[in-house]
Amino acid sequence: MEIDEVWRERKANAAYHPGESTWEEDGYTVTRTTHWSAPGCHDGCAVLLYVKDGKLEKVEGDPCSPYNKGRLCMRCLAMPEYVNHPMRLKYPLKRVGARGENKWERISWDEAYEIIVGKWKETVENYGYKAILRGNGTGRNGFWQTRAIHTVALGGFSAGGVLSGDTCYVPRVQAMNNLMGGPSVADCAQMYEESFEHPEWRRPDVMIVWGCDPLKSNSDGFWGHWVVDLMKQGTRFITVDPDLTWIAAKSEIHLPVRPGTDAALALAMIDVICKEDLYDHDFVSRWCYGFDELEARAAEYPADEVAPVVGVEAEDIRRAARMYANAEVGSVQWGVSVDMHTHGVATAHAIMCLWSICGDVDVPGGVVFPAEGYTTADCSAAMGKFSLPENKPTPDTMWMRPGAEDYPMRMGQGAWDRALEVLETGEPFEYKMMYLGQTNTFVCSSSESQRVLDALNKIDFIFTLDPFLTPTAVALCDLVLPAAMSCERDSFREWWAPLRAIKKVTQYHEAKSDDEFLLELGKRTRPEVFDQWEDHEAFINWLINERNGGKCDHVSFEELVDAGYLYAPFEYRKYEKGLLRSDGTPGFNTPTGRIELWSTVFSRFGLDPLPYFKEPRESPVRTPELAKEFPFVLTTGHRSFEFFHSEHRQPGTMRDFHPDPLVRINAQDAFELGIEDGDWVWLENVHGKCKQRADIDDGMKRGVVSAEHGWWFPEQEAAAPNLYGSLACNSNQLTTECDIGPTGYGAPYKCQICKVYKVTPENDTLERTPEEVERGVKARLVARPANAQ
Amino acid sequence: MGIQMESEGLLIDYRYCTGCHACEVACKKEHGMESDQFGIRVFKNGPFKTGKDTWQYDFVPIPTDMCDLCSGRAAKGKEPSCVVHCQSFAITHGPIEKLAGIAAKSPKQAMFTVKAG
Repeated sequence: MEIDEVWRERKANAAYHPGESTWEEDGYTVTRTTHWSAPGCHDGCAVLLYVKDGKLEKVEGDPCSPYNKGRLCMRCLAMPEYVNHPMRLKYPLKRVGARGENKWERISWDEAYEIIVGKWKETVENYGYKAILRGNGTGRNGFWQTRAIHTVALGGFSAGGVLSGDTCYVPRVQAMNNLMGGPSVADCAQMYEESFEHPEWRRPDVMIVWGCDPLKSNSDGFWGHWVVDLMKQGTRFITVDPDLTWIAAKSEIHLPVRPGTDAALALAMIDVICKEDLYDHDFVSRWCYGFDELEARAAEYPADEVAPVVGVEAEDIRRAARMYANAEVGSVQWGVSVDMHTHGVATAHAIMCLWSICGDVDVPGGVVFPAEGYTTADCSAAMGKFSLPENKPTPDTMWMRPGAEDYPMRMGQGAWDRALEVLETGEPFEYKMMYLGQTNTFVCSSSESQRVLDALNKIDFIFTLDPFLTPTAVALCDLVLPAAMSCERDSFREWWAPLRAIKKVTQYHEAKSDDEFLLELGKRTRPEVFDQWEDHEAFINWLINERNGGKCDHVSFEELVDAGYLYAPFEYRKYEKGLLRSDGTPGFNTPTGRIELWSTVFSRFGLDPLPYFKEPRESPVRTPELAKEFPFVLTTGHRSFEFFHSEHRQPGTMRDFHPDPLVRINAQDAFELGIEDGDWVWLENVHGKCKQRADIDDGMKRGVVSAEHGWWFPEQEAAAPNLYGSLACNSNQLTTECDIGPTGYGAPYKCQICKVYKVTPENDTLERTPEEVERGVKARLVARPANAQ
Repeated sequence: MGIQMESEGLLIDYRYCTGCHACEVACKKEHGMESDQFGIRVFKNGPFKTGKDTWQYDFVPIPTDMCDLCSGRAAKGKEPSCVVHCQSFAITHGPIEKLAGIAAKSPKQAMFTVKAG
């Protein structure tokens, strides 16, 4: 059935109550709203929430929504299990045993605020704001908002996602902001309420799915199955992935690259396109800067030389380059594999150059600049004006932000990897308190798990807000506050379009949303700022409207709930119309007004102004001797349908479908190692080891293994050293901190090396010999631009 | 003869089933099934090579004996839950005569009759 036809029927079906925001049905109160988190994801699907007697009983997709058109993934369909899960945190808890003992006592919210504010005042008075550290989980409801809010409420340093090199989307955003003047996204008609029926939209002829499995990851505000919608409408695919994903199997060309070599592949494709004169001359001459320099750089990466490095056929590189460049409209949907290299910004830069010289920017079906107005970044700016003087991103406050002096692109933020060094050495100061906003740090985002766990444990006072007691909470926290889930929050979602209401329909015991909590906390720490908002609704109303910068009509939260969603005005080819620059002139929002293939910004910072490829620090090419001992390339963070990072691990439907962590191994490789499908295997390298179960088939690239991340077992013993089994299966035992790029962004989570061997009763221990431990400690790095080689 | 042209079934366009499990979970939740029960179940075929650069890698959901085509939903004018939630719009519900007409136009269509006419 045609997508448009099915959706037209759904929108017109009275059984789905089109146009109504709430109704009664079979004893349920049904609310049409949006789900975001917790448990989270990077989308914001339209859902129908079925509530009876104050309890969420059922979740369905909203058939009338332009966003997901009724469709919904297994996690949202099983949402009531997690919302009503017996393991959820009901009340604030205060630690009564030692850290790691998992002994708690119930306290009231008032007591919790008293403890936090007391510690905060003591820290600020005795050590200054610099002694405060903060971190946030990704994909949290209000991720951007809450970071902006706790920056204002608490001051101190934001460790971001406690993720080395901020290497999830941020390297790509840095590349796009500096070279194109803003982030872009693959156009699947998501900017329009009419969706695919909008007369100006067209499907891309060719899409490159680069370093992601969008069907599972649904990353960065991109609804993964839109790629299937494109496929149905005739888009042809190229997939760059070491694994045979479903999309790869359906692609005309699958390029199974060695992880970490994507930049070389992109440059080789650019070289083919230049040499064969396949680029868009008109677009390049009118809108790009530095084409000749790019052409010369790409000539250093001929397909024949690059092919053996990347691990694909040279002819396939040429075929892919021609197929993409010859498309009338081409598009790229890229993923976190692009970022997760020390030089991830350069990889993103290379891929951006590829789509730019083919003229695929801001055209229907290409990569487009999202509708301005209800975008995410504006909230930081709106809240930013209330920041403490120490948090203003000026040269005078750089001492507050470790790494700010060394990484000029991070002057305003600093770098978590350098804060780790401050933590470890206590120089030039000590961190005394930390807020963890729904982040499961060493279980999920942090590389070198044990190192980060040990370092954070030096902080005197750590408190967290989370829906569940996590390994992070048990191991590190002194105070644990219960977080509301999505259906328990009044909030909104806007990444990218439309602006969507999130309507509270239930209350779980004493749980609060991040922004409710931070508003109440802010009223106690900085009343001069936070008392301007009488209550949470006033705060939400302010956030929704302040952030749109006057580009859209004022809308109250109540109006947004009634409407369900709002689309901001959107146009293609904004660079021709003077819609991208604050001075209103045509062009891109960059210093030259053009897409900077040769970056004036990078040049000014003393960075390479052109894209380049560098081997990962440890790789079969760069460290062949080491690779004899560790013959596999290891990529981590393999996504599944069941989980969002470290969430959904509680016993329930997701664990029924996916009980254990899986590592993808090629069938021939596994055969040679005597490993059978489902066997537990150790992955080990210089930095550490973990065990997962072998998931074997012919689709995985030979010589590469792909491990899952974020695993813990809430049904297991919480107390240390087990910590819900979170260290034994943790693929970040094998990744590195502080190996970040010269920009301060990018880290090699997806391009390590390792060996693989079966778990036996004799070797079934996480303990390593003193020699192995020492070798790992010696291999530790400190983050310095000079080290980014 | 049990199967008549007015019999009802599900048509699976398995060019596009991605194996996402949405139909399975939607069905479990609609019917309140136990963890080991399914009204529809996704099966994997592959991956194996069919040529130098081509692969067989398909998923096909198959309704079980517990599938009632969501008769309760049908009474209200709603589609079966698996049909609504399929992330690829790969499941169509209807009388098999209609489904056969759709199936005849494309490759890789699998029709499952569930309810006798």
